[in-house]
Amino acid sequence: MARYMVRRLLQFVPTVFGALFLLHYLTSVAIQLTGNPVRAVFGDRMPPESVLRNLTERLGLGDPCLEQPFNPCLSLFLHRLESIFLHFDFGTDFNQRPVTDIVAGALPLTIRLTIIAFLVELVIGIIAGVLAGLRNGSFWDYLVKISTVLLIAVPIFVLAVVVRDFVNVSFGNWLRGMDGVPDLISRGVFAPTWTPNYQWASLVVPGVVLGALSLATIARLTRTSLLENMRADYVRTARAKGLRTRRVVGVHTLRNSLIPVITFLGTDLGALMGGAVITEGVFSVPGIGRQVFASIFTGETTVVIGIVTMLVLVYLVASLIVDLLYAVLDPRIRYE
Amino acid sequence: MSDVISSPVATGAGIGAPPLDGTAPPDGSGDLPARERTASLWADAWRQLIRNPLFVSASLFILVVTSMAVFPRLWTSKDPLACTVSGGLSRNPPSAEHWFGTSILGCDYYAQAIHGARNSMLISVMAAIGVVLLGGMVGLVAGYFGGMLDSVLSRIIDVFLGLPFLLGAIVFLVILKDREWWSLAVVLTVLAWTVIARIMRGSVIASKGLDYVQAAKALGATWRRLMFRHILPNAVAPVVVYATILLGGFVSAEATLTFLGVGLQVPSVSWGVMIDQHDGYFHEDPWLLFFPVGLVVGTVLSFIVIGDALRDALDPRLR
Repeated sequence: MARYMVRRLLQFVPTVFGALFLLHYLTSVAIQLTGNPVRAVFGDRMPPESVLRNLTERLGLGDPCLEQPFNPCLSLFLHRLESIFLHFDFGTDFNQRPVTDIVAGALPLTIRLTIIAFLVELVIGIIAGVLAGLRNGSFWDYLVKISTVLLIAVPIFVLAVVVRDFVNVSFGNWLRGMDGVPDLISRGVFAPTWTPNYQWASLVVPGVVLGALSLATIARLTRTSLLENMRADYVRTARAKGLRTRRVVGVHTLRNSLIPVITFLGTDLGALMGGAVITEGVFSVPGIGRQVFASIFTGETTVVIGIVTMLVLVYLVASLIVDLLYAVLDPRIRYE
Repeated sequence: MSDVISSPVATGAGIGAPPLDGTAPPDGSGDLPARERTASLWADAWRQLIRNPLFVSASLFILVVTSMAVFPRLWTSKDPLACTVSGGLSRNPPSAEHWFGTSILGCDYYAQAIHGARNSMLISVMAAIGVVLLGGMVGLVAGYFGGMLDSVLSRIIDVFLGLPFLLGAIVFLVILKDREWWSLAVVLTVLAWTVIARIMRGSVIASKGLDYVQAAKALGATWRRLMFRHILPNAVAPVVVYATILLGGFVSAEATLTFLGVGLQVPSVSWGVMIDQHDGYFHEDPWLLFFPVGLVVGTVLSFIVIGDALRDALDPRLR
């Protein structure tokens, strides 16, 4: 166990630096190919040379290596690493507001949204997977198989737009016109956009949409691994001992079948972060994702870079935790 | 593909009856049973696939979409960019004149849907080719040579996997101001090759120790011959399956990135652009979303179905 943990931690360090460098190189190449991103703020107007130079310099984009295509800009990378790890500085927006401030203000909502999405995909996904896996070839099995394929095939932004217009606006308007429907439902859960009056309730629908894609994957993962494990010798032994089906499935089989689901949750966090940009954008939830969504349209590239850098760090730490958890759950990994 | 089928190693690998190889006439003029016994993994898979109605209908859909992308003139003679808003031509419902109605800018929506297939499919196919070439090469090399090289390549794969797909694409594309189909294809390739590399690596490691590879090695085959003639044809099946599903994923990714404002831009025509332009008119004019979304979902669904069918057909254990 200890050896596995040490090895995994040692791998973690170069992966973090590597991922940050990759991010840095991607942005540098894009700047080198396009030109100074600060000019985007001014639109068609040509700003005075001094203003442009000043702003570029202050945003840390003044390095001449950003004008030579495909130059890796190592000194700029080291400088960025220094400000990230020593000063906890992820850059500023064009109005000098630190990205860390922006994120701190928006973080609670995004965490809530992610929790709802996680709960939805775990609870519904596992239940659907178990139903389908236990009755292989039945109506439930086909229902789960077909609906998950459909869910995977629909791009998440389409799902978000359709749900917003149909469920939150049309159905919500109908609810709001009725008597006797509590406000928590009609103006909270089915509010057309996020409202500060119902901090949790109005996050439910966006959370379900965000969790929908991974829900399908979790259901399919649970189904296949349950099907495989039901044929295992230890399940036959458990049945032969006369244990009830509920115990055989719930305790013996499910525990082993959920190992691939746990592994998936690590990578899933990355997908949820990307998905949050879309769902928060569509449902106007003022979280981190919406900040990215809005900054794309205002052209504030430094905000996008700063937030994505933070998210990548969070993602890497989360993957590390999932990997360590994995070793706790599965002895085959730990004694390797 | 023909190389895979003609390879002597692929022959019989699925059914385990190679001794008949020498006796069967090579020009295929022998009687039916002999040919059946020497059928390759891919020939067997093909025979199973054409009997699968889901696979056939999904392939037909892809064929239709591909013909739209390659020969749009076959489907429409209208120019997708001949737009006019004068005369109340903005957002008209479907009619005999305009089969899919008109867009907000008064363009013929049917022509846009047909011509939009080109960009969507081009991005997806090019990115898939790039992913298979890059990921396949890295996976093959890492799996075959092992040791230090494998460790280094695996760490590089880890680094790329540390960047969530959508976030990485956003960061690069938001800075890039002139986005053409190839910039999206390159970004998708750079961010998605790692999964193919991992699949390839595992698959190569699994087939490296097999008897026939050892036999070829004992006969003095060079590493290049071992790698490309003996290991690759047998390791490629899971990559083909995943790449097919990925093709659908890329169609969806193009639409998503365009919706986020970091994909293709307006003078370009693509399904993503069509959805992006009209997502606010869902209530008044639902067909404006119905047609492009239907094409995107149909294409993604078809690729998933084809990939699933391929997986079942190419796995000898399931037969």
